[in-house]
Amino acid sequence: MAETIKMMNEKRPSRLEMSGITKKFGATVALDTISFSVAPGTVHALVGENGAGKSTLMKILSGAYQPDAGSMLLDGKPYRPRNPFEGRQKGIGMIYQELSLAPHLSVAENIMLGMEPCKNGIINWSEMHDRAEKAIGLFGHEELNSHQKVRDLSIGAKQLVEIGRTLASGCKVLVFDEPTSSLSHKDIRKLFEIIQGLRDADISIIYISHFLEEVAEIADTVTVLRDGCTVGTKNAKKTKPNELVEMMVGRDVNELYPRSVRERGEPILILNNLSGSQKPEDASITLCRGEVLGICGLVGAGRTELLRIIQGLDPVKSGHIKMATYFGEATPRQRWEQGVGMLSEDRKLEGLALNLDIADNITLTGLGEFGPAFFIDPGKQHDAAQKWIEKLGIRCRNTRQSVSELSGGNQQKVAFARLLQHDVDVLLLDEPTRGIDVAAKAQLYHIIDKLATKTKNNPGPKAILMVSSYLPELLGVCDRISIMARGKLGPAQPVSAVDEHKLMLAATGHNDLNEAQN
Amino acid sequence: MKKFNWSLLNRFGPALALVLVYLFFASLNARIGSLAAIETIVLQTVIVGIAAIGMTLVIISGGIDLSAGSIIAFCSVVVAYCMDVFSMSPFWAASMGLVAGAAWGMLNGVLITRFGLVPFIVTLGGLLVIRGSAKGLAGSIPINAGQTWLSDLLAILPADQKWQLIPPGGWLMVFLALAIAGMLRYTKIGRHIFAVGSNEQTARLCGVSVERVKVIVYMIAGAFSGLSGIMLMSYQEQGDPTGAVGLELDVIAAVVIGGGSLSGGEGSMLGTLIGALIMTVIRTGCQLNGWPPWVTQIVTGAVIVIAVGVDRFRHRRSTT
Repeated sequence: MAETIKMMNEKRPSRLEMSGITKKFGATVALDTISFSVAPGTVHALVGENGAGKSTLMKILSGAYQPDAGSMLLDGKPYRPRNPFEGRQKGIGMIYQELSLAPHLSVAENIMLGMEPCKNGIINWSEMHDRAEKAIGLFGHEELNSHQKVRDLSIGAKQLVEIGRTLASGCKVLVFDEPTSSLSHKDIRKLFEIIQGLRDADISIIYISHFLEEVAEIADTVTVLRDGCTVGTKNAKKTKPNELVEMMVGRDVNELYPRSVRERGEPILILNNLSGSQKPEDASITLCRGEVLGICGLVGAGRTELLRIIQGLDPVKSGHIKMATYFGEATPRQRWEQGVGMLSEDRKLEGLALNLDIADNITLTGLGEFGPAFFIDPGKQHDAAQKWIEKLGIRCRNTRQSVSELSGGNQQKVAFARLLQHDVDVLLLDEPTRGIDVAAKAQLYHIIDKLATKTKNNPGPKAILMVSSYLPELLGVCDRISIMARGKLGPAQPVSAVDEHKLMLAATGHNDLNEAQN
Repeated sequence: MKKFNWSLLNRFGPALALVLVYLFFASLNARIGSLAAIETIVLQTVIVGIAAIGMTLVIISGGIDLSAGSIIAFCSVVVAYCMDVFSMSPFWAASMGLVAGAAWGMLNGVLITRFGLVPFIVTLGGLLVIRGSAKGLAGSIPINAGQTWLSDLLAILPADQKWQLIPPGGWLMVFLALAIAGMLRYTKIGRHIFAVGSNEQTARLCGVSVERVKVIVYMIAGAFSGLSGIMLMSYQEQGDPTGAVGLELDVIAAVVIGGGSLSGGEGSMLGTLIGALIMTVIRTGCQLNGWPPWVTQIVTGAVIVIAVGVDRFRHRRSTT
């Protein structure tokens, strides 16, 4: 049956044909003569490292960007949208990671926005709700009705509203950009069922994801992008994840993660049965100098909350924190003074002051060092920043350039430099490599490795607590790994005792690994 | 235990606040309950209330209009000027006032959308430009318009017309508020105003002409400020270029007390009128008790902050 469908599809012309697409931003070539075609009624995965050009390609498809060269055919007809609205009208639907809904409006209004059924400007509310109910009725979601306000919905339900909106506008190609990154396990299953239903309804799906297991499960075909070029297109069911990773990275994966021989030093941060107002529950950890301890878990498991409580950003409900010789709760300011620094997962919102320059951002936590009394000597500030720009290889014009003008990888290095400038002993890293390219990642891994390793130049190695959703990175960088699932933190285990498969099972709540050890 | 219905309180919160404030002053001085006192309260609410109808649209769309007070003064001058210098009939003079208000509003809207300027800055500039224009037009002194039927719009009703309960200007305010409330609920443009304020990017993606919606919103707001200026003219029987200074803040306060959110997407017509009434009740109540104006100011200021604080609290409760 599947074979016959496949053969039928092969005979039919492509739903979407992108050929020779090129896009430049200034001197950088984001996309270099990319060709990409999607058959009707198939799920086509698009994978690649951050910065490989996936989002740029999709923005050209949606009409948000105009290509510098190349052409597109939609159902055999030339397609060249001038803006996202035109793309949507022609049948391209986009489901973004950051959902684009109007939170104050009802489900029906969000689905029908811009095409409300009306006569002389007066809205026909009953028809509006009928049509919206029809669009979301396909999913059979029990807790969703067209009268609810969107801001009251869960993230999973919001995503359904967004899918419903693209269906109501009659889309032929539906693009999912990292749709599962913030969904629960149950919602992911539900989403996959829906995607299969859409495929059977002859809609073409483009599925962008970092999770290669998902790609193998849901996609028929997979195309790999690297550095703005197409590396290849494969049958998704028959291609092994390792093969895909090699295509994505373009080099042997092992080189990416340096790990020097390290010796665990004395304990510096000890958590005893620490609980927050909701998450985490009863977390206990002993973090030592000279080690990288990884925390593995899904988004929403309570990993960020744990780091925030340690840093003093969220209140402790019960349990104790002992940091070096200090005991008990502390404010974020006091934690910095005790030698604890946190790198936020959201560098745009929380991690950096985007409008300030590099020097201000790097020195923000210790401005007192730069002059007598409450004065700040800009020269000293500049010197301090310049040192880190050179050491970390931050690409910028000078220390007074605004951080908002830097690329993601360089922004992250600035955020990292703040911890180094403050010379903290304990580094709390929350998704330190999110949204940065492979080269920048490799550099960060090197820095982390150097910080945690005792050498002649680094007699007092740091203690690093690192949260990440990207398992290969945790396995490559950490000495020990703890798994967090639904607010509960498992015991730390040597990295040699775990693998990707075990970690994923435990993180998704198949708690064998944690329980076996308890 | 059944979950407390916060959405109900969200809807009727401002009305509850009005009742509480009213009962508070009634307990101090029973005179506030008389028909005459109620008539005065409505009378004094009309000028702020009418401008607040337009301001509600602006705030729902995620914008702000600081030039409202200046437009009110400008339009009151225009009406008086047309009657005094061109000897226009009151009807045509008032029409000119409306057109002038709408034109200023449209200019605000065009500057905001065409040049991508922030509403706060555009209308802050407008506040000064329009105030200056009003003074220039009037030669810096009030223009007398004389007594016409326009003056009856906002005057205490004569004894034989007490059956109307409140002056014609009050009824006009109520009627227009109903009309705009209907527009917000039942028309495409009304829902698009909410969509633009709630998430501008999404509205644009879905084919809502965000620029057109904004220009229309500022134009309507300008026209309502113009109408409010006509009311001011009718109340004072003169066009005063130095009148209504700072009134835009009362107008914005009325919208915010009534549940409008300065970040857009929220606001209601009923809430706005109640917000305007709350402020007048406080002023009248303080006067009836013989409290000095500075007390009135402190109380009004406190009520604005408390109203918004309670609103934020309710939102947190209803979303978690």
